[in-house]
Amino acid sequence: MELGVDIAGLRLDHPVINGSGTFDAIAARRAFGDALLAEFPFSMFVSKTITPEARAGNPPPRIFETPAGMINSIGLPNKGLEGFLAQDLPQLAELPVPLCVSVMARSHGEFARLVEAVTVRDEVAALELNVSCPNVESGLIVGEQAPETLSLLETVRPVTTKPLIVKLTPNVADPAAIARAAEEGGADAVSLVNTLKATAMAPGTLEPWLGAGRGGLSGPAIRPVALEQVRSVAAAVSIAVIGMGGIESGGDALDFLAAGATAVAVGTANFRDPRAGARVRSELEAALSAAGFASLDGLGGRIAASTST
Amino acid sequence: MPPLTGSKPASDGRVIAPPARRLCEVVENRATGGYRIFSALDGSGPEPRAGQFYMLTAADGWGQRTGRPYLPRAFSVAEATPADGGVRLDFLVEAVGPGTERLAALDPGDGLWVTGPLGRPFSAPRGVVPEATGAILVGGGIGLAPLAILHRQLAERGVPLRTLLGFRDREHSGGVDELFGCCEVRLASEDGHVGHRGYVTDLLAVLLEGADAQTAVVYACGPPAMLETVRALCSERGVAAELAMETPMACGFGACFGCAVPLADGGYMRLCSDGPVVNAADIETALVAGSGH
Repeated sequence: MELGVDIAGLRLDHPVINGSGTFDAIAARRAFGDALLAEFPFSMFVSKTITPEARAGNPPPRIFETPAGMINSIGLPNKGLEGFLAQDLPQLAELPVPLCVSVMARSHGEFARLVEAVTVRDEVAALELNVSCPNVESGLIVGEQAPETLSLLETVRPVTTKPLIVKLTPNVADPAAIARAAEEGGADAVSLVNTLKATAMAPGTLEPWLGAGRGGLSGPAIRPVALEQVRSVAAAVSIAVIGMGGIESGGDALDFLAAGATAVAVGTANFRDPRAGARVRSELEAALSAAGFASLDGLGGRIAASTST
Repeated sequence: MPPLTGSKPASDGRVIAPPARRLCEVVENRATGGYRIFSALDGSGPEPRAGQFYMLTAADGWGQRTGRPYLPRAFSVAEATPADGGVRLDFLVEAVGPGTERLAALDPGDGLWVTGPLGRPFSAPRGVVPEATGAILVGGGIGLAPLAILHRQLAERGVPLRTLLGFRDREHSGGVDELFGCCEVRLASEDGHVGHRGYVTDLLAVLLEGADAQTAVVYACGPPAMLETVRALCSERGVAAELAMETPMACGFGACFGCAVPLADGGYMRLCSDGPVVNAADIETALVAGSGH
């Protein structure tokens, strides 16, 4: 079955990609060798978020298992822009799929500098803006404020002609308003959801378990919340929507596509099986057939506008 | 699906895993003291090296009652034996939480998802110290598992070995006869039910006083406090040591960045891909917050 999709002019073989920070293709190749490339699980690879300077990440413990999910507070460890370009990018360029680089910075100017340095590299097909961070100039989380999101896009949109994806946070009352601001600022697509703010107590001590105190919840535990946010965003914008949040099966992926997503991302499920993305893709084909569809055409937005709140 | 065969080992000796989890059949589950040894027949994976681990998920009853366990559980392989139809993998388990409880209750014929072998294995003694003449193995509790396969592999190569194993008490012990039945081991227990009354590291401290200790490599696995004592003792005496460590770990192949262990010279390593076997000199401490849970 033809499952190809377009994300802002970028043609992908099928609609299943990875969520940023849930699959390290370089480390996975170290564990699994070149067999990983023979049937790569995703149609586009989204890198872990890179920041201008190197970051060590948060002190352990960094993860906590919950019913049907997990909380993480990893803290964006990465080699920084220079280290990424010199060490990681050449290896990521060997992947058999387009590369999307996720970036985050603490000011609009720093964001623009990152985008500028990444977009000139031929190995990079698209960029994702991780906006779940405070702007040091305003003190506000960019992705929680429509005006901040719009002004960030106004700064970085002129710097790149490549597809620009904005990763939305679910920790807002109205994600559709943020998505509209991203669209108005010239974003080519939005992806959602990032993790839901969460915390955990250490068994026995009633002290915070995570080294950083709190983190973000992911996995099937958040899937219904994510599905509704994807629906509401897809109904509000005309740019592409990449849906994610606890997708574990082809049936889950089909739900997100029916809610208006153009593509879907597998995240936490990768931790349970490095080949989860490939399985979701093959199950999606079966799920589509079972639902009476011969392709993805006519699927999107089926519930987007038909539901009142 | 590509053929599930292992590639050639990497430079640090690690065996490369097939790039997907695969369904294996549980072939045995037996009690050993307060622990259990369960065995699965891996029909398509390569033979692991000592110190490598697998991510394990019971095919049924994984999170279906309470939503936990959700993630797979990391287990060092205790023994790997070529068998009819594949490699038989033995794992040592103590039921302490929802994941280990489910794994401890596996029955022959049950399905077990495995991903692996993963991570950096133990090095040969001369890979740690060029002039090494022998090895000292130090295991605590359930942590004796990876030392069993290491012991066999070193003995087959004629490496002189001394093995020290320690337990908290009778309920928290097991595996000695089944996994070290062939060889001489020295035992310690905190309650004195077997061997020296006290810690296994008391035995190590005495051994390290000997003249030949300087040319030995210490290999240790056990609870964080034991590993930290081993690390400190070896550091004081200038004896090389490799430690097989454990931290909370979601994926096992470098994706989640959850298994951070502080490095001696700053920053963190990912224990799943830079370990689980680490050179004791490379880490700041074996007492990593969250480990041992």
